[in-house]
Amino acid sequence: MAFISSGYDPKEPMKNRITDIGPRKYDEFYPPVIAKNKGKWLYHEILKPGVLVHVAESGDKIFSIRVGGARLMSTLLIREICEIADKHCSGYVRWTTRNNVEFMVDDEKKVEPLLKDLAGRKFKGGSFKFPVGGTGAGVTNIVHTQGWIHCHTPATDASGPVKATMDVLFEDFQKMRLPAQLRVSLACCLNMCGAVHCSDIAILGYHRKPPMLDHEYLDKMCEIPLAIAACPTAAIKPAKMEVGGQKVNSVAVNNERCMFCGNCYTMCPAMPLADKEGDGIVIMAGGKVSNRISPPKFSKVVVAFIENEPPRWPKTTQVIKKMVDVYAQDARKYERLGEWAERIGWERFFEKCEIPFTHHLIDDFRDPAYYTWRQTSQFKF
Amino acid sequence: MAKHPTPLLDQLESGPWPSFVSDLKALAEHRAKTADTANYQIPVDVADDILGVLELTYKHGQTHWKHGGIVGVFGYGGGVIGRYCDAPDQFPGVAHFHTMRVSQPGGKFYTSKYLREICDLWDLRGSGITNMHGSTGDIIFLGTTTPQLEEIFFELTHKMNQDLGGSGSNLRTPSDCIGAARCEYACYDTQALCFQLTNDYQDELHRPAFPYKFKFKFDGCPNCCVASIARADMSFIGTWRDDIRIDQEAVQAYIGGEFLPNGGAHKDRDWGKFDIKKEVIDLCPTECMWMEGKKLKIDSKECNRCMHCINVMPRALRIGEDKGLSILVGAKAPILDGAQMGSLLVPFVKVEEPYDEIKEVIEKIWDWWMEEGKNRERLGELMKRQGFQKLLEVTGIAPDPRHVKEPRSNPYIFWKEEEVEGGWTRDINQFRKQHLR
Repeated sequence: MAFISSGYDPKEPMKNRITDIGPRKYDEFYPPVIAKNKGKWLYHEILKPGVLVHVAESGDKIFSIRVGGARLMSTLLIREICEIADKHCSGYVRWTTRNNVEFMVDDEKKVEPLLKDLAGRKFKGGSFKFPVGGTGAGVTNIVHTQGWIHCHTPATDASGPVKATMDVLFEDFQKMRLPAQLRVSLACCLNMCGAVHCSDIAILGYHRKPPMLDHEYLDKMCEIPLAIAACPTAAIKPAKMEVGGQKVNSVAVNNERCMFCGNCYTMCPAMPLADKEGDGIVIMAGGKVSNRISPPKFSKVVVAFIENEPPRWPKTTQVIKKMVDVYAQDARKYERLGEWAERIGWERFFEKCEIPFTHHLIDDFRDPAYYTWRQTSQFKF
Repeated sequence: MAKHPTPLLDQLESGPWPSFVSDLKALAEHRAKTADTANYQIPVDVADDILGVLELTYKHGQTHWKHGGIVGVFGYGGGVIGRYCDAPDQFPGVAHFHTMRVSQPGGKFYTSKYLREICDLWDLRGSGITNMHGSTGDIIFLGTTTPQLEEIFFELTHKMNQDLGGSGSNLRTPSDCIGAARCEYACYDTQALCFQLTNDYQDELHRPAFPYKFKFKFDGCPNCCVASIARADMSFIGTWRDDIRIDQEAVQAYIGGEFLPNGGAHKDRDWGKFDIKKEVIDLCPTECMWMEGKKLKIDSKECNRCMHCINVMPRALRIGEDKGLSILVGAKAPILDGAQMGSLLVPFVKVEEPYDEIKEVIEKIWDWWMEEGKNRERLGELMKRQGFQKLLEVTGIAPDPRHVKEPRSNPYIFWKEEEVEGGWTRDINQFRKQHLR
């Protein structure tokens, strides 16, 4: 491969340099019907799962076909999306905040041919390329992080567990039988690039072994004071260690105090935590971000640990499926999973979802812990 | 024939949900087929090797990516994340596999023309693997080599009028909901405000000068589709302060069953006939609605704008006309000191160009955080450490009962000397004249 220059001259990096121009302006990419009716939409309706219509004051309509997919996406697939957009949507397309793709058409007659086209497109392995769904009182796409495909701190994969979970929840992606929308999210470590802590169901990668210490290299690779300061529980202190007869500056970790957050590793690559047996998944439930009826809520830890089971994480998906099914059956219309759990009581939630309650689920992290203990004689048998 | 056997990953090709493994395999095949003609600027077998290293990771149960690596484009401190494989001999195609964040357009609307330009650039100079999109909102280019970084940046800026996004201790690429572009609930133009602030703060976005990351997110209404309240250091949530607009005929159409509740969101199950009392009035958290004969009444002054009734009957109820936004601050994920939700700071502000009133709040908060924030301390943690009073003091915002869920239940008030008559300096000898030792 011969090097192809873009025009950039490494000897003169500032020559003709363009910086700080920001993103492209949103309205360059609006479909005409959006540009015309922006700010003047009257109402919307979900015609069937994955198919929305928005109606404007002008009487104009826009039909949006929502399709799910992996957010890890090749240029080949993006080019196919472009081809579909050209064929049906005058070249316009958008993504949602939850990694869905939306194809928009301005005429109801264009909906069925588009749906038919989408349904026929499959990967070689047999899975759908563009499954339609993710609207209303159902499960929509999972927002997630990088996982093993690209990250240095994960305690689990992202794309794999997401695929496995969505396969299990697929029917609820294409249907609207739940009491309310149900948002599933995944973060592959508690850095939570995905901010999953307010989801109806959150899948969280977690380490359970304190960092290993690469004494020989630690002082060469890291700023020791930064590594010490990074620890939220003050479990790290400076230490002189002997390596091959040589005294070296390093750190010591009080393992009892470690909460396995990995913040030290973020600051110091000589303190890796990842471990095949130690790492796995925490399941959290009952969070939401909407202010509808009740205020936003954090998700609560309902399963302290499930081991990583690549490639399909069957124990994880089984717990999730059970929760979704029990919620679907038991909750009232409009009730989010967390609102349902609070109404029936968490003791009932664990009973109904057949999840064993262990000491790990009782908060013991600082002041807020107290507020989660039960300070009343009101409880259910 | 695949370069690496992937028996574990192959099991992720079955099932209905789109398989990223199938997609990557197709890409690997395509690159191999076009190797002679495409002039790929990074190893042709990059997609093969990403599958190979992931397969090995599935076997080992541990990531094979090294920690960090300082790479970037000249003059920027963010937008590029260095990444190296820890098994480069086995997987030379991904030995260097850096990420670039490309600042996404508002609402994530695209034309196929633009997307193809992105694909052409990324096929030539990168792996052809992307995230559409990263958690913060950027288009993510996943995997290229160091010599390509400046070339990509040059092409983005010169040919595509397109900049990189943020990473590191700076303003992260702000993101917005679809807003007024296609949503009747939007209380302000999220895309306009997001675009303007992103451009006004390009320096903060590209050149890390903050204690830690800082996020803006723009939600058009309290439904919070971009989850600003859970994850943005400053979240801008649309709201209104006048009456919900009611179309009484449409209310009757819902009651009569002509219109489906919640835009038809519950279609696949028989929930019985729509019952406005049970489904709307009784679920209202402030109990500010009732029926008077055939008329729905709302005591708007008591409404806390939770959106439930509007969500259930979008054709009958509309947000008010005196619109603006609320600013909540300090949200973050759990690391380190536990998760924090955004706390209300500015109950209402009109959203008017050039947004000076909003920018004033932002800049006062930054001044405080940059002065007082410790290394890797998010705004929410600083608020906890120094108190909400301090936040009010630095922003010059008057305390208001809307700032709290409830007043404090302890009386341990840190009175300031100037608040107490006569100050704190007293004469002990004077005191002793009346009170013997």
